[in-house]
Amino acid sequence: MRDILSELQPIFRDVFDDEDIIVTNETNASMIEDWDSLSHIRLVIAIEKYFGIKFAFGELQELKNVGEMAELIKAKLEA
Amino acid sequence: MTQPPELVDTPEIIKSKIDNEYSRFKTVWENLTARFNNAVIIQNNFDLPFIQPEGTSITAQNFGLFVQNLNIKFAEYAQNNSGFYVHDLNRLCARAGLDNWHNRNQYHAYKFAVNYDLIPEVSFSLKRIICAILGRVKKCLVLDLDNTLWGGVIGDDGLNNIKIGNETPEGEAYTEFQTYVKKLKERGVILAVCSKNDDDVAKSGFTHPDSVLKLNDFVAFYANWDNKDINIRKIASDINIGLDSLVFIDDNPAERAIVRENVPDVCVPEIDPQNVSSYIRAIEDNGFFDTVAISDDDIKRTGTYQQNKQRAELLESSAGNYDEFLKSLDMQAEIKPFSEIYYDRITQLTNKSNQFNLTTKRYTLAEIKATAQNDKYITLYCRLKDKFGDNGVISLVIGEIEGNNLKIILWLMSCRVLKRGVEDLMLDTLVDKARDRNCRTLTGFYYPTKKNSMVKDFYKNFGFKLVNQDEQDNTTWLLELENYQTRNKFITLS
Repeated sequence: MRDILSELQPIFRDVFDDEDIIVTNETNASMIEDWDSLSHIRLVIAIEKYFGIKFAFGELQELKNVGEMAELIKAKLEA
Repeated sequence: MTQPPELVDTPEIIKSKIDNEYSRFKTVWENLTARFNNAVIIQNNFDLPFIQPEGTSITAQNFGLFVQNLNIKFAEYAQNNSGFYVHDLNRLCARAGLDNWHNRNQYHAYKFAVNYDLIPEVSFSLKRIICAILGRVKKCLVLDLDNTLWGGVIGDDGLNNIKIGNETPEGEAYTEFQTYVKKLKERGVILAVCSKNDDDVAKSGFTHPDSVLKLNDFVAFYANWDNKDINIRKIASDINIGLDSLVFIDDNPAERAIVRENVPDVCVPEIDPQNVSSYIRAIEDNGFFDTVAISDDDIKRTGTYQQNKQRAELLESSAGNYDEFLKSLDMQAEIKPFSEIYYDRITQLTNKSNQFNLTTKRYTLAEIKATAQNDKYITLYCRLKDKFGDNGVISLVIGEIEGNNLKIILWLMSCRVLKRGVEDLMLDTLVDKARDRNCRTLTGFYYPTKKNSMVKDFYKNFGFKLVNQDEQDNTTWLLELENYQTRNKFITLS
């Protein structure tokens, strides 16, 4: 069973350039200071590249936190 | 773009749309220039559009054609307006390929005009044009010979068997490279050879009837069996430029490693000897010799360095009597305020001169123009000729008048005319001009850098008094003009 959350951790640290970030299921944009619209794009593109997946338009708007994002990634990887 | 072409537009409407779009841009540029005091403007030209609904034939309404017409107008504006440069996004999109360049999902989701993956390419390309505007580019291309400028090993295969010329595919590839190198030389890049070979055998390669490059295209020629880093240091010192102004091309990875290891300031790009055109790509894609304008001096440069060789021979023959040598050079100088035809060259000099440069103050073209036209500055350029040829513009001074004092904010000289007494005549002329403007003193500044230690005592040797020295060893010097004695002995002012 792939632990998506722990694979996301280094991506977050790299994108937000902060080695102290600890990503949990509850993490959301309001909890990371630099998570603005531009870094969001960098994050999405980095995740797409790392997992070799593509998010469809609108898929990401629905998500409330990293936990839901991990679920979506998992679903895409299994599809 | 506010009004792209529509398929139902008549050719007349298309034409007026192009004119409108262009004048919209032009207004922006003109306002920027006026508001920001001669700001440098870099304008992207247009990349090619994602769609072509008509198919593969070019109609009057073709969007790509529309864009190319606008790009031509941008280029013409750049030719007629100094301080305005076009960044060639159009070529960048062609090299990337349109399906790679455009990422429509990213556009729809984030309004990214260019594929995110290519942003580094765009940034690097922009960095290249900025470096070129500032003159932060290399000066000299150092080339290996065997399997670099021709195919094969001339010492083993013989002159008649090296691969050069359009008889064979391999020879043609080397001809293409030599032709490219020749083009660089024609616009002012200095060429040198560094090869493990016997000197006469190496030189014979350029007698090959198909050799595009000839022996006299090279300013320095080192073919021997010494380590290449040693020869490269000699080349830099012969030409009198810093090691960081050199680029070295060699097909042999071991030689590249030795040079990188021992002279790390020299740029040694990776190249693939199986693919000779990669040599061109390595030079071009790194932007080593990028330029935004080709000046007269660029075109004459190799000739200038070769005349220097003749001067060196004359010096040898004058048996150590240096004054005799200077006299026999028959030097004539033109020293005048900056004038428009020299603005490009002057800007280039302020950005390229590192060694004989008291303040290392860099100027953009727009700043040079503004300084030349501002009454509170005294500007002087010196152009030097002698019996071997014209050195072009080789020295600059900018002084700022402050009451009865003239602050020398820039003084530089090209190292190819060191020790000819140009600085004496420059100071004489500057003193005259300062007096004309009621100045009674000159203030000089020396700001040390890694490269300009040769002028550390410049003002001291000219009789200036040290008046200040700060903790960074920046020094300030003062000269009273009252008892100034002219210094020039050997140069005729024309």
